[in-house]
Amino acid sequence: MIEVSQVNKKFGKLEVLKNVNLTCKKGECIALIGPNGCGKTTLIKSILGMVLPDNGTIIFNEKSIKNEYLYRNNIGYMPQIGRYPDTMTIGQVIEMIKTIRSSNEVLDEDLIKAFELEKMFDKQMRTLSGGTTQKVSATLAFLFNPDVLILDEPTAGLDPLASEVLKEKIIKEKEKGKLILITSHLLSELDDLITEIVFMQEGEVHFHKKVATLLEETNETKISKAIASILKSKKNLTT
Amino acid sequence: MCFKLIKKMNRIIKIILSDILKNKIVLAFTLILAILSWSSFALEDNSSKGLLTILNVILFTVPLVSILFATIYLYNSSEFIELLLSQPIKRVKIWMSLFIGLSTSMVIAFLLGAGIPLLIYSPNAVGFMMISVGSIISIVFVALAFLSSIVTRDKAKGIGIAIMIWLFFALLFDGLVLFLLFQFADYPIEKAMVGITALSPIDLARIQILLHLDVSAMMGYTGAIFKDFFGTSLGLIVSFLLLCLWAIIPFSISLKMFKSKDL
Repeated sequence: MIEVSQVNKKFGKLEVLKNVNLTCKKGECIALIGPNGCGKTTLIKSILGMVLPDNGTIIFNEKSIKNEYLYRNNIGYMPQIGRYPDTMTIGQVIEMIKTIRSSNEVLDEDLIKAFELEKMFDKQMRTLSGGTTQKVSATLAFLFNPDVLILDEPTAGLDPLASEVLKEKIIKEKEKGKLILITSHLLSELDDLITEIVFMQEGEVHFHKKVATLLEETNETKISKAIASILKSKKNLTT
Repeated sequence: MCFKLIKKMNRIIKIILSDILKNKIVLAFTLILAILSWSSFALEDNSSKGLLTILNVILFTVPLVSILFATIYLYNSSEFIELLLSQPIKRVKIWMSLFIGLSTSMVIAFLLGAGIPLLIYSPNAVGFMMISVGSIISIVFVALAFLSSIVTRDKAKGIGIAIMIWLFFALLFDGLVLFLLFQFADYPIEKAMVGITALSPIDLARIQILLHLDVSAMMGYTGAIFKDFFGTSLGLIVSFLLLCLWAIIPFSISLKMFKSKDL
């Protein structure tokens, strides 16, 4: 569904993405992990066309995304830090995105109900806490029933109750056969969600494996421990 | 398909327009323009003196407010732009909608503030000239604002650039021309000077209005000299086209830069 090949991106002198190759297929739930500043968000933004790669191609549904925009109809994006016009209210933001998309499909308003956003519809965006802003971002990402969900640190800043709601929603969508791409640092949270792991470091994709294979190779039962043991063994190799 | 695209663009323009028109600064700008225009017509005994006052308003206030307001608005809507970019909308369309929204609102403010008194007190060629030139000048400086806000991410720097652009065209450019005139007074440089005028939208606007006003000598040296050159209808058309170019070129450069910007 998404094919990233040989993508490079430099911000000034800083190489953020180095020859990144990545293939994502329908029905997969991929965790994009790696230390801070390893290029996860840049990769996601490249797929969304917000960052334009220096070279390489990104193919979405067998079509290059270069100079394209309609493919974003199929993507729901939840940014790491949602930034919205300050003076707009929650209701206005949701209404605005609805008018811009103007899709005839049935809207998925589960999250509005689950997060109880209706009560806060006339609150201005600037008065919201980080967590509530995240809730709005999540709602917008799921609203149009997209085939692909790209979630950048979805549970950061959410209270345990809300993050549980969101996780359940993600699992529900995964079962519908959607492609889900998540970046997160909280590995323990991902255990029951994901099917594949992509590990990035310093702008490169280190490995891309199925969770089952990863656990088998490391003889662990938890993803977080498996990753830790891989990192440790690598450190031993280099030193 | 094409119709659908236009509809989508209209929706974005509508959102932007309603946001700007709610802004208190635009309201205040309209009110100030109205007070200045009405009072200058009411206080002077003949309308051509009033026109002169309004000319000054057009040449100083309108550019300043247009460029500053548009620059600040663009920086403040960076979140909005980011939000739109993650939606299925073309980049060109986002930038164009912002431009159309901002210039429309500045033109509306000008028309409501200065246009109405102009139409009432001077419903002739000069009045219409002032209205059209004022509208174009608003658009030109909105376009320059797009340029100044795209060259840097830093809001303070961008506003600084905007103020410098205004200062240059409103004050420095005339001084520069005057300096050149005195330095080369012994040479026949009048024709070259006409070309130099095209380098400043404010001077172009001033000349167009002065040609209809018979008071050219009062409005700075540049104005007085070019009366002979721009007096023909060809000169009028050329200067109008040049003014339009002053809006089109800065905006197209900014559009090109926006297309390849990382957000």
